[in-house]
Order: sequence, then structure tokens, then C-alpha cells
Amino acid sequence: MSLGQTFLGWPVLRQLTGTDPSGRGPAAQSARTAGLRARTETADRVVDSICPYCAVGCGQKVYVKDERVTQIEGDPNSPISRGRLCPKGSASEQLVNSPRRTTTVRYRRPYGTEWEDLDLETATDMIADRIVQTRERTWQDIDAQGHPLRRTLGIASLGGATLDNEENYLIKKLFTALGAVQIENQARI
Amino acid sequence: MPSLGASFGRGGATTFLQDLQNSDCIVIQGSNMAECHPVGFQWVMEAKRRGARVIHIDPRFTRTSAVADQHVPIRAGSDIAFLGGIVNHILANDAYFEEYVRAYTNATFLVRDDFQDAEELDGLFSGYDEASASYDQTSWRYAGGEQDAGAAASNKGFAHGEAHGSGGPTIDPRGIQTDPTMQHPRCVLQVLKRHYARYTPRVVAEVCGVPVEDFRQVCEAVVANSGRERTTCWVYSVGWTQHSTAIQYIRGSAIIQLLLGNMGRPGGGILALRGHASIQGSTDIPTLFNLLPGYLPMPEAVGHETFDDYLAGIRDPHQKGFWGNAHAYVISLMRAWYGDAATEDSNWGLDLVPRISGDHGTYQTVLDMLDDKVEGYFLLGQNPAVGSAHGRLQRLGMAHLRWLVVRDLNLIESATFWKDGPEIETGELEPTNIPTEVFFLPAASHVEKSGTFTQTQRLLQWHHKAVDPPGDCQSDLDFFYLLGQKLKARYAGSTDPKDRPVQAVTWHYENDDDGEIGDAVLREISGSGSDGLVSGYLDLKADGSTSCGCWIYSGVYADGVNQSARRKPGQEQDWVAKEWGWAWPYNRRQLYNRASADPDGKPWSERKAYMQWDGEHWVGPDNVDFVKDRPPSYRAEEGATGPAAINGDDPFVMQADGKGWLFAPSGLVDGPLPTHYEPAESPVDNALYGQQGNPTREVFLRKENPMQPSGSEPGADVFPYVFTTYRLTEHHTAGGMSRWLPYLSELQPEFFCEVSPAHAKERGLEHLGWATIVTARTAIEARVLVTERVRPLQVAGRTIHQVGLPYHWGVGSDAVVSGDAANDLLGLALDPNVHIQESKVAACDIRPGRRPRGTALLRLVEEYRSRAGITVETGQQRLTPKGTAP
Amino acid sequence: MTTNPAVDAGWADPPPRKGFFTDTSVCIGCKACEVACKEWNAVPDDGMNFLGSSYDNSGELGGSTWRHVKFIEQPPVDLGMPSTTLPGSEGTKTDFRWLMSSDVCKHCTHAACLDVCPTGALFRTEFGTVVVQEDVCNGCGYCVPACPFGVIDKRIGEGVKNEGLAQKCTLCYDRLQDGLTPACAKACPTESIQFGDLDELRERAAQRVDQLHGAGVPQARLYGEDPDDGVGGLGAFFLLLDEPEVYGLPPDPVVTTRDLPRMWKRAGLAAATLLAGAIAVFGAGS
Repeated sequence: MSLGQTFLGWPVLRQLTGTDPSGRGPAAQSARTAGLRARTETADRVVDSICPYCAVGCGQKVYVKDERVTQIEGDPNSPISRGRLCPKGSASEQLVNSPRRTTTVRYRRPYGTEWEDLDLETATDMIADRIVQTRERTWQDIDAQGHPLRRTLGIASLGGATLDNEENYLIKKLFTALGAVQIENQARI
Repeated sequence: MPSLGASFGRGGATTFLQDLQNSDCIVIQGSNMAECHPVGFQWVMEAKRRGARVIHIDPRFTRTSAVADQHVPIRAGSDIAFLGGIVNHILANDAYFEEYVRAYTNATFLVRDDFQDAEELDGLFSGYDEASASYDQTSWRYAGGEQDAGAAASNKGFAHGEAHGSGGPTIDPRGIQTDPTMQHPRCVLQVLKRHYARYTPRVVAEVCGVPVEDFRQVCEAVVANSGRERTTCWVYSVGWTQHSTAIQYIRGSAIIQLLLGNMGRPGGGILALRGHASIQGSTDIPTLFNLLPGYLPMPEAVGHETFDDYLAGIRDPHQKGFWGNAHAYVISLMRAWYGDAATEDSNWGLDLVPRISGDHGTYQTVLDMLDDKVEGYFLLGQNPAVGSAHGRLQRLGMAHLRWLVVRDLNLIESATFWKDGPEIETGELEPTNIPTEVFFLPAASHVEKSGTFTQTQRLLQWHHKAVDPPGDCQSDLDFFYLLGQKLKARYAGSTDPKDRPVQAVTWHYENDDDGEIGDAVLREISGSGSDGLVSGYLDLKADGSTSCGCWIYSGVYADGVNQSARRKPGQEQDWVAKEWGWAWPYNRRQLYNRASADPDGKPWSERKAYMQWDGEHWVGPDNVDFVKDRPPSYRAEEGATGPAAINGDDPFVMQADGKGWLFAPSGLVDGPLPTHYEPAESPVDNALYGQQGNPTREVFLRKENPMQPSGSEPGADVFPYVFTTYRLTEHHTAGGMSRWLPYLSELQPEFFCEVSPAHAKERGLEHLGWATIVTARTAIEARVLVTERVRPLQVAGRTIHQVGLPYHWGVGSDAVVSGDAANDLLGLALDPNVHIQESKVAACDIRPGRRPRGTALLRLVEEYRSRAGITVETGQQRLTPKGTAP
Repeated sequence: MTTNPAVDAGWADPPPRKGFFTDTSVCIGCKACEVACKEWNAVPDDGMNFLGSSYDNSGELGGSTWRHVKFIEQPPVDLGMPSTTLPGSEGTKTDFRWLMSSDVCKHCTHAACLDVCPTGALFRTEFGTVVVQEDVCNGCGYCVPACPFGVIDKRIGEGVKNEGLAQKCTLCYDRLQDGLTPACAKACPTESIQFGDLDELRERAAQRVDQLHGAGVPQARLYGEDPDDGVGGLGAFFLLLDEPEVYGLPPDPVVTTRDLPRMWKRAGLAAATLLAGAIAVFGAGS
């Protein structure tokens, strides 16, 4: 880059030589500003999603760059939401990328005073073991009159409103097979 | 849900958001739609642009009221009196849509002559049994024919009502006596007239605090905007569902909408706004104790020993409509779950299913935790320490568990109660005394997994996975699939009969192209037969040759296509947009839309044309919610049952009699007609009846659940104010998805209470200062927002002040913002049909200043209880003793 | 067709001037605009402060709040005056109003902030909007008192992005480059915030006022649509349901640098003389 080229880029020179003598328009525009583009346009992919907050079910477009979500906004194609989002829906990117999100397993032992680290596989095995033990201890085969119960009242579950249907399906299917009946949901609340 | 089910045959919203634009009048009651469903609210604004009148009936002036044409402030907990008043107005002025009512409702049907109305029994219907606080519903049945003789069981305790999510209540429709002139004193229309005759504008004013003129305006608006040429829509949400009489609130609107002929028609209907992403889905494919997928009831310990017993309990063999095929749905579900182990010999797999024997709902379960009956608890994206009624009970219950698994995005208060919950501060709990082993497993967010949500209009929409979840984060789908595999492995060699269902349960799902199993699960839900995937529930067989995980979702994978993932742009479709997602049942968007045409199949008017009979088929912008090629003139043969028995003018195809129910002869445990009762905790006596509260509400007489005296009972004046809980646009339920986000937290950073200027003056509360709100359960503190939006009401000759409490905050240390939880104030009193708590109204005291800390807090609450003379029995008597009422 | 400030600022053949029309009569106060703006522009949070100013806890526009929804509670006035009418209603009377309005940078036709900026950080874009360039701004703050609306401000907060620099709405300059709607307008659930060509928006706004007047809302009026006002008309203008003061807007805004052009003329002459010499030296070689 020659000295002349550099100099010609100077705002003040552009101001005097260009169409912008007052120096408020193109002459004042920095190279960075001139290069600004919507980051959604350079996403590696755009994925169709649905807002996880309320029951309107607004369409969302999820923009991904380098395997990271860079923007979530309304899907104009949705005949229900027509591209719009409320403040919660608009905050979806922060929900996903929140630095406050806990992304590792936390474990609190009985009577413990602090969280501890635990490997995910180990945690899942421990939970499976707890289920087996609790079923053994709390199984009810029949009631006092001999009616069949085939259940445990020792295991309960309460699900939220952002579970997918497929998730609720497996939850209900598995717990029912285990004989657990106190399987509940926000829908009751 | 059971309310809509008992009225129309299905529990889902009858219409869809976009159809609001066709309304001439929209009544929003029990919903703060602009704040809680802002993007859906665009369709209300669209209707308004087209000249529709928008009415908001709500205790508070909210952001919905701000853009409504009329806001009607109402005392929380008094809506049935208001709705009954409208019914009375319609009937007294002969303003009902006569041709619609005669053809499509049960108005002409006669009720048994031993039926006694609440008007005759001072607030009770015939059949009340004091010992069990429940009704024998036999006398509520229709007169005549077979079913007259049949005894109806009292369904109390099992939440049977919810089983009408898709399939109306059981009755035998044969030989019902009718009077087409609707003059017979026992015909439903006349029963209705008598029941509501005393719900006059003056009574409405006295009970609800609504001036006569305001009430008259509402009545006139809904009548003027209904009929052949015009339609009115009713919109409700959890402002109605969280009451001890919740189901009857919804029934009130159902009666009005049937009388005015607004059901099944464009711009009409009842839009049930579910609160969250997949609330509708989580009842359709329930994680609820009393239901199997598709609103099939869980089998009970007594009376459901065999498949035939079970079937007899859930449907009448003579009933009309598509619920008549319930056996095919059950058998197909069992085939999906247990494969070849579900044979006729194993009662089609029901032998592998656990039995329920009463209320196993979430509140009963928490009490069972306190009694050390529950060892392990899974919280899957749910924060009961903040979001459930009586938060203290929730936390104390969890402190009794052996183990707790919390799966969430953030370290919610239900995961940290052992460390920094309110009971740690009061000294009631100490970490070193809490035995609960806590596993916090981080969850995947909605963009880190694929699957369907079912939104408020029964629409399944597939969301695609965009990125992998970070760290240990995992979807609940993957977690439970893996857990299931581990458990199957552990039980593989067992010979214990109790482990047989785990061995038999089908548990193999192939990965799709994205490496996800959701697609395979959805295929199982949609169902298949020997020829591959089924196209809908009409294909399901009762011989074991088909399998289907959820019959009402059957067809979501029709033609091998994930119909829920369809995203044909709205701009490229007509306004009904049938090719966006998939709605149950059979991708029908407006339910009962046969009723959009007159009995002859012609539109009621050009302006309100929707579906019509073209001589061979039902045609129109929607899929008809009817037998596609059944002409209006069709009359079923004698003895026909199920779908074959649906007449050409029976628009309510899931109902046993094909009609919309003004009067519910079956299906609801607290009465065939909505009747005004006071909330479980109320500062006033019931002005209409000696019976104070819902005589069948579910109560819990335990020292941990103290309830307050009401009305003229001694001590009621200790808690003189009404409070109501609600949410704000800026937050999400118990805060797990909003209080951790700075962008949402900064918009509503602190817990506050809303009070009127007059109330603030009376109690010495200062704007932006602190207030302490006290109930028999606890005391909490909130910043004070003095606002004219909250208005004192004149009720029963006195001024009633109402306190508004948003419930998003909780006590913990991980969120961006925290605060006391409004739900901690609530006691447990439940609707008897569905066991949902009364959290929209209770009574409290409010005083200036912050609450005491430590044990001083406990002393303050104890002092209040003692001043009000509260014992375990206080406020828990369901039948009001004679002579105590005015 | 009115003067296009982009042309005045030296853009040859610029696109039509872009702007916002905020129709407060349909605002539901949801604050989607505030969040969508922050998400897109990575504006940091502005502190967890409970202001209790009705439902407003953002307070005012500033370095970290580029969209701000105001909430105005109007209790009943009983002065024997006709009672007020709810927005959009047909003759229904009520005695209470809750007005909501999403405020934003006005992108003035004559923008004082731009006039006083000594570094050229503030500039007029080809869309006629006024944008701060973070890589040029030195945080001198001259623009802050210059704004007649109190919009632009220096960003405060330790360690936050662009700390100390002047910040305000850019009308999503980056999105405009790709033909996209600004984030706030795209999110707005009720189309209270409308984005488009300013001329078209002005027509639409005039129609909306007529419609509201016909529907019995005589208080409906436009604010900032007039090219002859003290700031030459606003690039972001409003439909209000009451006097501007009620919404915290100056009733008759005037560009604070009204007298500057005369001053500039003299200063410019001197500068040109100096620079002519510089070009003679360096420019010859290019």
C-alpha cells in the first residue's frame, strides 16, 4: 500500500475531493463501518425451530456459525407468528449461549454442604441403581383386598412445559414399565 | 381440559389463533393474553383493526386491558357468577340462537325427574354424600331409555374428568326423551333457565363487584355479535384453570358459546390458551398420573382387573362417535409399548401396567414425601420450589427424599433448596440435616435437540436440532433412552414378575440422519400396521395388528412424512394454512366445524361461511371435523354404535350423543351446571347459596397445610384482602428460563406487589417501599407498586381490596435476580376434577416494611394463625354447616 | 417527497430514506423491541434496577438502552371534561388509560449530535440515518448534550464492550446493508414499530390518524413527521394519543446547532486553505 493510497483514504481528503464536502456522509464512513453486514447473512446454516417459551409456538430461525448459535429470530414464514417474537422469544440466543448455564453434572451427597463434580456416565449409573433399589424397597403388588397394584409409590416425577412430545412419551413409557405412577407435569399446575 | 371435553367431546382449544381475526367480538377472561401470549395477540389486534370489539374481564387492568375496548374489573374468584349472569341475560331475553341450539346442543333433552338443582338444595345438586364429599351422579342423567337405569359411578379422586381430553363422558344415548319445543320443565333449556334465574345484574354486581352498567354492556356486546352473521370468541387461560371451581368456569363459557351458536364457526369458539410451549402436548401425551397417551385413563386397582372391565369403565358400548372405538386405541397403544407381550391373554398388555387407586397427583405426592413414602424424585425442567403452590411444603418435602434428580438448564432453586432456600434462613433446615442426595444433570436447550411441541391450538410443530449441546448437557430424550437401556440391562436376567414390564417394554429407536432418535419415536407415536405407517386413527384395529403410541396423534407421520415438520410459508397458503405443522385430530384446525353449516349443510350466512356440504362431500378451507362423506340428512340405523351412529346433524363427533352439552349429565364430579361458590379462602360469604365453597373440592387436613377462615367465620378479618398471582411478559413461570438471562431480568428485576392508592393509604404502604404479605402459610416481602390499575371493588356492601403478586422470583443465589416467591403464600385446595390448585385467589394481610428474618418470621406467622384461631380443620369443611350462612 | 439528508451529506444516488413509524396506539408494552435490539447489537444489560415507574425498569434511552418502552398511567381526571377514550375503540368510555410507547433515536433530518461530533464518528448513512462508529468515537461526549431528545449517551459499566463511547440506535445499519428489517421492528408483535421508506411511512401514518379519528379517538396525532419542524422532521416518528410532554417528548424540538452552519462556514474556509496545500504536496504522487 503506497503512502498515497493510505492518504487518499483519509476522511478529510475524501471530504474535500468527493461529494461530501461537509464530511458527514461517505467521507466520514470508516472502513469498518463500510464493511458492516448482517451476521445472519454469513451463517453456515439456518435451522428451523420453534420458540420454547409460551404456547403460541412462534417460528424461529436459528443461525449457526462455526457450530455456535449466533442469532435467533422470528420465522416470517410461520402463519401464526409471521416472523415476530416477544421479549422472551427474542432472548432465546441468550438462553442458549448464557455463560450462567450449568453445563456439567453437579452432585450433592447426602448431608453434604457443597456441590461436587461427577462424571455423567457415573451419575446415570448411580441413578439407575437408585431406581432399582427404591423399587425393591417400595414395590406394591396388591392392595389389602388383593386387587392388583403392580406399582411403586417410591418414585415420582414432575416435568416442565418445555419437554418435547417425544420426551414425554419415553418418560411415561419408561416410568409406566417401572411401575411408577406419580408421573406429573406442569400441566397439572 | 375436562370441561371442554365434557361440553364438546375434546379438551383442546376449539379454534386457532389466526381465526381470531374473523371475530366480531373477543372476550378475554381469565387470561392476560397481551402479556402472556404477546405474539398470538397480534390476531386480536388484527380483529380490532377490522372493527371487532375487545372486552377484557380481569381483576387487574393489564397490558391486555390497555388496548381493549372495555375492561371490566372483577373480584378474583367470582367469574361463575358473571358468566351465569350472561346465561341468564341470554335466556331471559330469548337471545339464544334457537336453530343452532335446537339442532346441535342437548337443550331439547330431558333430565331425570329425580334431579334436583342447586337452586333447590341451597348450593348442592342431588346426590351429594357428605361423608365422601362427592356426588352420586345418577340423578343428573337424561330421562328415558337404557341409560336412565344405569348407575353412574362417582369418579372422585381419580381425575376421570381429564380422560375427556378426546372423547366425551360415558353415557348410553339410546332412547333419550326429548322435547323439540324446549318447553318441557325438565328439558335442559328449562333446567338452565331456572338454574340461572337468580344470576341477575344486581347479583352480579354484588358478587363480582361489577357495576350493573358495565355488565349490561358486556351482555349486549356478546349477544349483538353472535348469530347467523356474527361470531364471538371466548379466550381463557390459567386465570380460569387455577381455582377450586376451575372446570366450571370453563363450562360457563361453553354454555354461553353454545347458546349463542358460536361453536365450530369462524371467529367463534373457545380459545384455551395453554401457558407454555408444550402444555397441550404434555396432556395429549401425558406425563400425568391418571392418563395414558391420547387421554386413555390409567387402569385402576378396583374394577379394571380385565381388559373388558377397563373398557366398560371408559366407554359405553352403545355410545356414538369416535370414542366408541376406544378399544382399538388402547390395544394399539399396548402393542406399541409391549409388542408381542400385549396379547389377548395378557389383557392386551394391561396386565403390565401399574394401577392407580386415588389421587397420585403432584400435591398429594409432596405430602407423601413429608411422610417419607417417596424416595426418589425427578424434576425435568420444572421448579416446584418456586412454581408450585405452597413452596415451603415443596421444599420441606424434597428435604425428606433419599434422592433427587434435577434436569435443567440452570441451577434452579429446586436444585439448591438444601443450600440457600428460605428454610435455611429460618433455621428449619440445615444442610447437614438433609439426607437428600441431589443429582443436577444439565439439559439441552430447544435448539440442541429435535422434536415436537404441541402449542395452544393442538398444532404439532417440529423443531430441528441446530447445534450439539455443550458439555454434559443432554436432551431428556437421550437421557431417558439411555437410562431405559441401563435399566433393561439390569433387569435382563430377573425372574421377578415385577420386572416383567421392564423386560417387555419395547425400547429400540434408530438414529435419524442427525443422529437423533426423535424421528423414530414420532413414528411410533403416529402408529403402524402390517402395511407400514397408518394414516390416522381410523386405521387402528382392535385385533393387535396395529400399534400406535398416541391415537389422537395418529397420522402425524402419515405417508412416511413427518407432517409436523411441514413449513410451507404462510404467504403461500390461505389463512387456515393447513400445510404448516400438523394439528390433532387429522390436521383439523377448527374443531366441530360441521356446525359452521346449518343442519342442511349450508353456511349460516355468507359472511360466516366455512365448511359446507356440496352434495357429495364436506368442503371448505379446513378439513371437516366430521365423517367426510356423510350427508346432513343421514340418520343412523337403529342399534348403530360408534362412528356409524353419528347423524348428519351431530357436529360433536366425540360426544356419546353427538351434541354440545349445555347440561353435563356425566363427566364432571362437581355438578352438571356451573354454580357460584366462593374460593376456598374468601373474605365474603356466598351471596347466592348457603353452601360457601365448592362442596367437592379436594382438601388436605394437615398441620402443614393451614387454611384460613372465610366470610363471616370468626378470624376471617385477620386476612381481609384478596390476592391473586400471575405472570409478566418479561419472565417465564418460575424463572428458570428468564431469571438467569440479564436481558429479561433487567426488565423486571424485583418481586413486587401491586396495590391501589386507597389500599396503600389504608395500610400505610409507600410506592417503591417494602410490604410484607402474610397468610397462614408464611410471610413474604415485596417492593410496593402503587397503581390506579388496581381498583378497590364494592362487593356485598363493602370495599374489597385486591393485591397483585407476580410469581416469577425465588430465593436462591445462582440467578441474576431473585426474591421471595409469591406461591409460598398459597395453601392447598384443589379442583376435584383435575387436582389443580387454587392459586389465582386466596386471602391475605399486607403491612408496610420488610418481613422478619430467621425464627422471627416463623413467630410472625404463628401469631397470625393464633389470632385467626386456625386449627387443622379451619377452612377445610367442604359442606357448609347449616345455619352458619346468612 | 422531502429532502433526503443522505443527499445533503454527499451520498450520490442513495436509496430511499429509511425510518421508523411507531404507532403507540397498538403498543402492548411487551418490550420485545428492547430485547431484540440488545440481542442483535450485543448491547449489554443496563443494570438490575427496580424503578417501579409503572412497568418500566429501563428508565430512559442511553448508552446501553437503544429502545425504551415508556409506560404512562393516566388516572381518571374528573374536571367535568369528556372522559377519555381507549385507543382504537368506537365510542366506549373508560376512565383510565395506560399508554405505552417504544422510544428510540429519532434519526433527525438536522442532527445536532452529528453536527457537533469532532471526530467524524457520527455520520449520516446512505439510508438517511445517523450512526455512531465505535472505531472512530473517542468518547468526548460532545454529542450527549447536543441531542434535543436526550437519546445519545456514553456507555457506562466497567469492562463492558465500548465502555465510555457514545452509543445509540443505528437503525441496524448492518442489517440494512443486507436489505433486512431492523431487529426491533421485526420482532414487534403488533406492528407498533413499522420500518420502511420514510415517505411511505408518513402516508401510512396519516391514514392511521384519519382512521383513529373516525373511530372516535380524537387525541391521535403524529409527532415528528413534519419536515418543517425544528429538526427538519424525524427519521423515526410517532403516533401519539396525547400531548408529546405526556410521553416525555419535547413539544417543539429544535436542533441545538441551529446556528452552527454560519460558524462552520468561517472555520471551513480556514481549514480548506490549509488542506489545499497538503494535497498539493502528497496528492501529486498518486
